[in-house]
Amino acid sequence: MAHDQQDAATPGAYLIRGAAILGGAAEDLLIRDGIITARGTDLAGTDAADGATVIEAAGLVALPGMVDIHTHLREPGREDAETVETGTRAAALGGYTAVHAMANSNPVADTAGVVEQVHTLGRAAGWVDVRPVGAVTVGLAGEQLAELGAMADSRARVRVFSDDGICVHDPVLMRRALEYVKAFDGVVAQHAQEPRLTAGAQMNEGDVSAVLGLAGWPAVAEESIIARDVLLAQHVGSRLHVCHVSTAGSVEIIRWAKARGINVTAEVTPHHLLLTDELVRSYDPVYKVNPPLRTDSDVQALRAALADGTIDVIGTDHAPHPSEHKECEWAQAAMGMTGLETALSVVQATMIETGLMGWDDFARVTSIVPAVIGRVADQGRPLEAGEPANVTVVDPAARWTVDPSKMATMGRNSPFAGRELPGKVVATFFKGHPTVLNGELNTPYRHGSGQETRPAAAPASGH
Amino acid sequence: MKHLLSTEDLSLANAIRILDTAEEMAAVGDREVKKLPALRGRTVVNLFFEDSTRTRISFEAAAKRLSADVINFAAKGSSVSKGESLKDTAQTLAAMGADAVVIRHWASGAPHRLAATDWIDAAVINAGDGTHEHPTQALLDAFTMRRHWAGLHGTPSAGADLKGMRVAIAGDVLHSRVARSNVWLLRTLGAEVTLVAPPTLLPIGVGQWPCSVSYDMDETLAKGVDAVMMLRVQGERMNASFFPTAREYSRRWGFDDNRLRALDSLGLKDTIIMHPGPMNRGLEISSAAADSPRSTVLAQVRNGVSVRMAALYLLLSGDTREPAATPNSAYSNAAHSTKESH
Repeated sequence: MAHDQQDAATPGAYLIRGAAILGGAAEDLLIRDGIITARGTDLAGTDAADGATVIEAAGLVALPGMVDIHTHLREPGREDAETVETGTRAAALGGYTAVHAMANSNPVADTAGVVEQVHTLGRAAGWVDVRPVGAVTVGLAGEQLAELGAMADSRARVRVFSDDGICVHDPVLMRRALEYVKAFDGVVAQHAQEPRLTAGAQMNEGDVSAVLGLAGWPAVAEESIIARDVLLAQHVGSRLHVCHVSTAGSVEIIRWAKARGINVTAEVTPHHLLLTDELVRSYDPVYKVNPPLRTDSDVQALRAALADGTIDVIGTDHAPHPSEHKECEWAQAAMGMTGLETALSVVQATMIETGLMGWDDFARVTSIVPAVIGRVADQGRPLEAGEPANVTVVDPAARWTVDPSKMATMGRNSPFAGRELPGKVVATFFKGHPTVLNGELNTPYRHGSGQETRPAAAPASGH
Repeated sequence: MKHLLSTEDLSLANAIRILDTAEEMAAVGDREVKKLPALRGRTVVNLFFEDSTRTRISFEAAAKRLSADVINFAAKGSSVSKGESLKDTAQTLAAMGADAVVIRHWASGAPHRLAATDWIDAAVINAGDGTHEHPTQALLDAFTMRRHWAGLHGTPSAGADLKGMRVAIAGDVLHSRVARSNVWLLRTLGAEVTLVAPPTLLPIGVGQWPCSVSYDMDETLAKGVDAVMMLRVQGERMNASFFPTAREYSRRWGFDDNRLRALDSLGLKDTIIMHPGPMNRGLEISSAAADSPRSTVLAQVRNGVSVRMAALYLLLSGDTREPAATPNSAYSNAAHSTKESH
């Protein structure tokens, strides 16, 4: 379907008028040919803005396009749960311009072939930049290193490696992985979960699990792995990223590691910033997630850590599941929650409306630093003239009630269903093209190199 | 009451109502014709995802004495073992017109899922879910204790609670739905509970429970106790480092002949010994203790039928009103009574 591809160099011109840039003073942004060509007050009427589509943004906030360091797109293998197409539509609607697609697909993204497939599907979809994450070990089995170098050198240019969902628990294997990825400036993103301490675990171990009779998932199972890994990272001088930190103790260990100059970054999910294990009392598996929902004191510690920079970034851990994997007994249910379309709102509610952060901090934790961790050069950039036009425009005054049936993701497993949340994405610009306009999906960006035609085998969901 | 899912959210008023109704039901068991027409035409399904012949036949006897039609649905050898989901099973039973579902399930919370979803509209009775709760077991235990306690004081059982009674529950609390249901119900009825167990078999978070915790069986007995409830130790705990050996467990936490004698020397002549069954004789309880006059093991079994008749009768008789507050209902806080009605 090459005929519907636009030239990448001419996606059009847009003038965003009067948006608070990163929550600061209201200014205009002029986007042309995929680039922010001007920023200033009152650009309307200038020659440069001639012919540009005007987006009135008074009262809105302009942010660098959001970058998710932790997304499950499920394709290849579980297209009944999500596809690259549906997942990236959800991402665009959520304000994202890039997502890192986790490796636990089927087949596992542990070869150059699979990461290139995911990368190609992402380019064909055109809603966001899809950055495949490569598996650390073959088949996520934790026994043998995958061909990390081949994935790094592939067209997908993989820089983030993770066995997410499974901990690289063998200390020697973890050490080798940390060392090896230094050769191509990679990072190992660890799912910190000591497997023996969490055999059969169902929920956070504490007061609530004691009453509910669900096998406990102790905080120490997360914290002991993080403690080990920061020491390993220090020993071999490597870069470590800790996925979805969920406990107050983990925060303390990471704070200690950073104080010692260890090169560690950490992420927190929106749901761990808001929800607690009290919700499990319903036995509704929509609240079943890995790592599990913790206590309110953990939630408060995670918020403080995100605000003070101990935790670097938001990662959604968007994990769609078919309904039959949640409409069952708690112990039978799959772990995971959707998150791409609610992340901005939950972070606004928990971090901005609480006064812990401003929109400039929001840009740091949802865009600038995630792009640095993933080595995504053209994302997370300043909203300045000459920069790539990846921009998210948000209405912070909007209020909406979460209805999973209306989401673009195929997953209906949102733990926020029925909640009223603040903040709505009004527009998302990906490489200067509006993937979202007026709060609704517009059209995908079409890569123009001529090599990026949609593969015939790719499911054209929604068309 | 629409369902009986747990004792944690059972109000004092409803607990007393079930126990009092069970007293009336017990009288039926003493008659020559052990049958009431109360639930004629109603269908009770025993939905058992886990083997438990004792509990199943107790519910079956209870339903039949109330003239209900009983369907036994055992998960093994059924479509469930072929991968049918709980949802499909529940909808199938709903389509067949089940009025009550008595569910035993290995997964904690499975009865709550049946009650909370729209898969089935029947009354749900939890007959034991995973390591969560077993409310009818706790009710039959309380019924047994109440008869004993009232007998000692020369007062009628009906309307009475267990205020002042000292109860020790000993053994694998961590994995015990019986212990959990008993702790909440005995709290509601005003008894003083002490859990006795090795630290490995107590849940993290037990400090928040309305009871005392001891690691020392002899010390607990020496402090004085009116009922000792021994919990079954599952075979699979033996090789998972919860305790070194079965013999060490038995010596430290089992109710053996020495401890049986200790009750006499401590002057605790009215203390009863309870066990939910099935017993591991020689492990958590000695044969002498199990067969002593102090043992209420068989009375518990007999009372189980009465209590389950009461539960089925109250849930299916259409009387779902909260009873009027009684003078001693100070324990039933507002959270309990509101939670219960859904």
